[in-house]
Amino acid sequence: MRILLMGNPNVGKSVFFSRITGVKVIASNYPGTTVGFTKGSMKLGSEEVEVIDVPGTYTLEPTSKAEEVASQMLQDGDLVIDIVDATNLERNLYLTQELLERQIPVIVALNIWDETKHKGISIDVAKLEERLGVPVLPTVAVTGQGIKELVDRIPEAIPPTLPQRTRDERWAAIGEIIEYVQTITHHHHTWLERLQDASVKPMTGLPIAAVVLAASFFVIRFIGEGLIGYVMEPLFEKLWAPLMMKLSVALGSSGFWHDMLIGNLFDGEIDFFQSMGVLTTGLFIPLGAVLPYILSFYLILGLLEDVGYLPRLAVLLDNLMHRMGLHGYAIIPTMLGLGCAVPAIMATRILESRRERFIAATLISIAIPCAASQAMIIGLVGAEGMQYVAMVYGTLFVVWLVLGLILNRAVRGFSPELLIEIPPYRRPSWRAVLTKLWMRVYGFLREALPIILLAIFAIGILYNLGVFDAIANFTAPVVSGLFGLPKEGVVAIVVGFLRKDVAIGLLSPLSLSAAQLVVGTVVLTMFLPCIAAFVVLARELGIKGLLMAIGIMLAATVIVGGLLNLIL
Amino acid sequence: MKDKRQITVPQMQPGQSGRVIQILGGHSLVNRLNSLGIIPGKRITKVSAMFMRGPVTLQVGRAQVAIGFGMAGRIMVEVD
Repeated sequence: MRILLMGNPNVGKSVFFSRITGVKVIASNYPGTTVGFTKGSMKLGSEEVEVIDVPGTYTLEPTSKAEEVASQMLQDGDLVIDIVDATNLERNLYLTQELLERQIPVIVALNIWDETKHKGISIDVAKLEERLGVPVLPTVAVTGQGIKELVDRIPEAIPPTLPQRTRDERWAAIGEIIEYVQTITHHHHTWLERLQDASVKPMTGLPIAAVVLAASFFVIRFIGEGLIGYVMEPLFEKLWAPLMMKLSVALGSSGFWHDMLIGNLFDGEIDFFQSMGVLTTGLFIPLGAVLPYILSFYLILGLLEDVGYLPRLAVLLDNLMHRMGLHGYAIIPTMLGLGCAVPAIMATRILESRRERFIAATLISIAIPCAASQAMIIGLVGAEGMQYVAMVYGTLFVVWLVLGLILNRAVRGFSPELLIEIPPYRRPSWRAVLTKLWMRVYGFLREALPIILLAIFAIGILYNLGVFDAIANFTAPVVSGLFGLPKEGVVAIVVGFLRKDVAIGLLSPLSLSAAQLVVGTVVLTMFLPCIAAFVVLARELGIKGLLMAIGIMLAATVIVGGLLNLIL
Repeated sequence: MKDKRQITVPQMQPGQSGRVIQILGGHSLVNRLNSLGIIPGKRITKVSAMFMRGPVTLQVGRAQVAIGFGMAGRIMVEVD
């Protein structure tokens, strides 16, 4: 048996899913958090049943790719738990009506039930059940209230017998139902609602956005640098380094295994940035340099997501994004891209047209530095002074803007206008924020750690074999001639294809000037995305789209790298 | 009957309310707006509009919806 969780976007399906299956999934306060589907299972009596968290949809006539996924899934389900936002019953019932016309058993969860009271909404559940002809239960997924009762009544769900109707007939039916089951009493505007309105009005919204973004940036840096300076570096320098020095001596201070595990010593000491041993630089890069920023970035992003701020940003930036062939909602994948390109490219599915998805995914891959790239930028360039870091970010921002303007002219097709629901502000629950943070951090460790260790190991072997010298000589005209970098810099660029952060260890020993570091990090960020992002890009854009994106990447990298080298 | 004015959503003042009369557009536009609760007969309130023909934010029932300027111009409203 297969149970589908369906409902409008942002009604809490993913939280509900986690509750009944125990499978943790990313949930946020904006429509379109779930773009693929997640499977889990639960016990129903003695039977083990499959449960699927379906992306949110307003209607079974799909208007975006995520909604398409939802309509297709309906064909393979045996039962639907229709999750309805009780604070917005009328609109939510449209999908319910459509579902009731299909030959599939339905049970309705009136979710977000706890918020109805202070919003002055009162719904007669018994009457609603009578009108819909299927079981209806009030639930609060975030606390778990009502979930067990709902699961107990799943066997009562029978296929309804509503005939196929037209849109107008459905809305008319909904009107009658609402009249019959819901009463609304006046309630005063809360300060949260006032803030809600203020953050989409241009005169107040733009200053609020500036403050929110600036504060986020400073808090992310403050936490990230704090973790590095007070936790990670002391751990590595005081605890791990002495241990590794003992190992170094035990290995005889030289030889193949010494070079592989410990790497080069500088004045008889380990330098975690450039020793390039699997156990030194290999562990330091993911844990010491990148992890602190991953932690601080995703903490702040999670808070912004759960409060419900991001859709407001979409409204404020819609004008700008239109000039780049996108609409405001593209800001959500773009913000995710500052963490990792993989979920960011997946999230472009919330955009309606192929053209928008192509432009958004290409821009993210080229000009949005992921956390690993940013750790590289800050790790390498930060030592030279913040003005150079600003130069790198400034260049990337200009590239993002200009490339967007160009793609808007060059890519054929149509970009629709913004049409989104803006969720209410909600007080984020710390439990939810921390769970989400842990899932993302764990995901990073599981995926990045093995690749980085492997990459460092492979680099050691390839160096020994002299492969990199051959490549360096071959690419010297571009790397040295055009970008003004030493020819060995190509190794970092090539390895950057595996993971950007590994380049920290490869560029550090070249003792580059500040200008060279700026060029080098910009080129590394813009050049081909890492292999994981590459795979997702191929899946989302198709081979033709991928090849086009790669062409744009290479051209943009060569032009920008060359120009920067000329200017600096 | 007081005389009521029929205008499009971008012509409404922020804070002004009215009743949706019709949506001037093809099947897919009507479908998308309907699915967000914007249907003829429904009362809506304009919350705000971004300058330079930016998106319009509407209060529709219990939800807020942001709509691009062009699309908003296809929604005819009878204001109070």
